[in-house]
Amino acid sequence: MEKTYTVSVFTENSIGMMNRVTIIFTRRHLNIDSITASESEVKGVFRYTIVLRTSRAQVDKVIGQLEKLIDVFKAFVHEEWEVVHQEIALYKIKTETLTNGDVEKVIRQHHARILTVDSKFMVIEKTGHVEETQLLFENLKPYGVLEFARSGRVAVTKPMKEFSTYLKELEELNHKI
Amino acid sequence: MKTTKITGAQAVMKSLVAEQANTIFGYPGGAIMPIYDALYDYKESVNHILTRHEQGSIHAAQGYARTSGKTGVVFATSGPGATNLITGLADAMIDSTPLVCITGQVASHLLGTDAFQETDVVGISMPITKWNIQVTKANDIPAAIAKAFYIAQSGRPGPVLIDITKDAQFGLTDFEYEKCSNIRSYYPKPKLKKSSAEDAAKLINEAKKPYLLIGQGIMLSNAEKELLEFVEKSGIPVASTLLGLGAFPQNHSQYVGYLGMHGDYAPNIKTNECDVLIAIGMRFDDRVTGDVSRYATQAKVVHIDIDASELNKIIKADVAVHADAKEALKVLTQLVTTKQHTAWLQEFKDAKKVELETLQSSAKELYSDELKMDEVIKMLSEITNGEAVVVTDVGQHQMMTARYYQYNKTKSNVTSGGLGTMGFALPAAIGAKFGAPQKPVVAIIGDGGFQMTLQELGTILQSEVDIKIIILNNRFLGMVRQWQQLFFEKRYSFTEMISPDFIALSKAYSIEAKRLEVRADLKESLVEMLNYKGAYLLEVMVAKEENVFPMMTTGASVSEIRLN
Repeated sequence: MEKTYTVSVFTENSIGMMNRVTIIFTRRHLNIDSITASESEVKGVFRYTIVLRTSRAQVDKVIGQLEKLIDVFKAFVHEEWEVVHQEIALYKIKTETLTNGDVEKVIRQHHARILTVDSKFMVIEKTGHVEETQLLFENLKPYGVLEFARSGRVAVTKPMKEFSTYLKELEELNHKI
Repeated sequence: MKTTKITGAQAVMKSLVAEQANTIFGYPGGAIMPIYDALYDYKESVNHILTRHEQGSIHAAQGYARTSGKTGVVFATSGPGATNLITGLADAMIDSTPLVCITGQVASHLLGTDAFQETDVVGISMPITKWNIQVTKANDIPAAIAKAFYIAQSGRPGPVLIDITKDAQFGLTDFEYEKCSNIRSYYPKPKLKKSSAEDAAKLINEAKKPYLLIGQGIMLSNAEKELLEFVEKSGIPVASTLLGLGAFPQNHSQYVGYLGMHGDYAPNIKTNECDVLIAIGMRFDDRVTGDVSRYATQAKVVHIDIDASELNKIIKADVAVHADAKEALKVLTQLVTTKQHTAWLQEFKDAKKVELETLQSSAKELYSDELKMDEVIKMLSEITNGEAVVVTDVGQHQMMTARYYQYNKTKSNVTSGGLGTMGFALPAAIGAKFGAPQKPVVAIIGDGGFQMTLQELGTILQSEVDIKIIILNNRFLGMVRQWQQLFFEKRYSFTEMISPDFIALSKAYSIEAKRLEVRADLKESLVEMLNYKGAYLLEVMVAKEENVFPMMTTGASVSEIRLN
């Protein structure tokens, strides 16, 4: 059965790392719905958050093959209920539409915020789940959205073990031998 | 310690010497010229073998690694030199062969500009290397090479590629070499969990019909002795995968045969009759399992492998042991009770008899006059006492050799298993000889595969490589033809092959050669070949349409393997 899974991968920050990570998915003919990467709470260790729909069996094997990569510390897979996640979306609309009272109402209803106002355009920011950022987009559409950009998912997990603890355990494992 | 500056190219050579890499297979070209220039000063201490094609270099390095147990080293230039390595990289990756390949690259300021002979070899080789890296500074060369050797040979071995830009080869650096023994994100030596070893031993001790499958992992972990002790104490019958052949002496009474699509009858059918299946250092390849949904479903499975991603990948293990084979076998031998499984072993022998009788009777009917592949292999095995290094290519002759050569010695079987690379054998045999110079090396190749890399006859000539080459010539791409006969109504679409005069060709390279056409001359010809000092090519004209049986057809289960 297919489900949405969030895969978190902790890696070294080396050239080509993104490629190394993504070709594991390519090889299994899996499509990635979203991907984000940035430095984690541990300096120098990068965290990839990858969202995809597939079966548990497939995603478990992907985890195994990700962990096999030399520059990968650890990879985790989580189901929707195991993560707290968020996306950020930016919407550029014409400033003149602000004088239309309805736009203000839309922004207010969605708890979105105005990032910047230029004489010609303004940028609205909304964080939330993809359905929420999408709904704001639909609601702003009638007023003309000049540009719309949405990030991939970032997620933290509900289980309490910190990544730095894993890292320590792994390092000990290497030194014991 | 005060150090004097040397060039990056010299640093490459010094690093290789520090890793005791004294045999290199390669081919020079523009972007690797500084390294070849540095190599010129090592003519006395480093043996560089100039092949005739980069694919030849990498297959030779694979053969070298497989017989010596050391890491094979390859030099190639950028662009086409690097892309010619790709098949060998993929082959080494899937067959877990440790290699360090060093490619030249255009100068770093030209990267990404479509410069002459520029290719993104790091990008291209990413999925088929265990690790790869591009080095653009001379300073980074020693550390990259140290890391490369460590990664290539630790854990589950594999090929590593280092791409060095020309400016890095020319650049100056201090040289201090420090071997790599730890990478913080890489854990090649899993710690054996005591509880899982105990769980495995419990299953084994309670089993009525335990059955052991071994793979190349035994040899990669140098666990041959530990395996023998475990097997003799536990009394368990042992079967081997294609790459595992030789890890356990085949003349041992507990050895029951070869697994898989063209494997022996008993080892296949008994997989679905055992109660505990123990797999060590093998990965349940589809050529071994047939239909996975009907594979050993009755049995409890114990799977021991150093590569965690292989555990539960194909066959769900009741007890998965993430460990090095050597360590796991040592512990298991202590935990298992001394037993004999005489009746169970007899079942294998009875099934073997059925196989022999069926194959013999169909042989009489089908090809009574013509010389057959299996006759040649059996005779070779007898004369060499199963102690030669035997290198095979891919196809019918490969399966015949795996079936009928009695590999009694470890690291004596070199073949392209996972990738099935035609053209592998000739260059691999060259490397195998450098890896095991004291042993006789025999390459067995089909008429098709031989013509994929026959340019390496030039390497044999120049480097005076003493290998024996047997071409089993059936004037067909035999394995494909067999499938066309069985599954495509004998529509022999482009499998018939007209070959050159192999004897004349061989003699053009000053390699002694002879053609064998009749059965009566078989023994004498093989003896003459083996006793000949220097390289020798023996072309054996074999039956045109011989088939390899037993055979497990696509989608069949191991218990449905056909005898004819």
